[in-house]
Amino acid sequence: MSIMEIIASILIIVGSIFLFLGALGIYRMPDVYNRLQAGTKATTLGAMSLILGIGFLEPSWMLKSLVLIIFIAYSNPISSHALARATYRRGNYPVILSDDKDMDAYQEVVPHEKEKEEKV
Amino acid sequence: MMTYIIYIAFALMALGMIMSAIRFVKGPTAADRVVALDTLTTISVSALVLLAYVFQRFIYVDVALVYAVLGFIGVIVIARYLEGAL
Repeated sequence: MSIMEIIASILIIVGSIFLFLGALGIYRMPDVYNRLQAGTKATTLGAMSLILGIGFLEPSWMLKSLVLIIFIAYSNPISSHALARATYRRGNYPVILSDDKDMDAYQEVVPHEKEKEEKV
Repeated sequence: MMTYIIYIAFALMALGMIMSAIRFVKGPTAADRVVALDTLTTISVSALVLLAYVFQRFIYVDVALVYAVLGFIGVIVIARYLEGAL
């Protein structure tokens, strides 16, 4: 094994482990916001690492791999932000367990509705 | 050696796709399903790039790029629709 293959295999294994952990978070987390947190950050890092590993494995594919990495790095946070905003504005508010009721600072921008019916 | 590493990577990604698909089927609200769809898209893009290496076809990387663009636009459109702005 050359040195490039060793770097590439470490990157591929780390990337697939992070993809698996992101999907595990999607399956196990209790809330929409927790699922967004787990399913977007971990998956972004996993996909970027795995595609970079493929770029090390085939050096002539490195340019298009970098294009794909840059696209994932800016598109995944945008989509997760749009989803969290849509969920909040739909009336599905995060559950706050502490006594500090001002922790949900976004309610100054979007006031909570009085009666909260469950929208599916 | 490289073969086993690719096997392990595909096994982990397949487990992840199965768990995201379970959440996609039984998610309580529509937002849960869209989050699961987003994760499925990202895992599929990675699987396509890995398949491009396995089959030695450079064109599959282009397929992965187009699929990433389409998944991103789909998630944005569904989020705007859920917000009521569409």
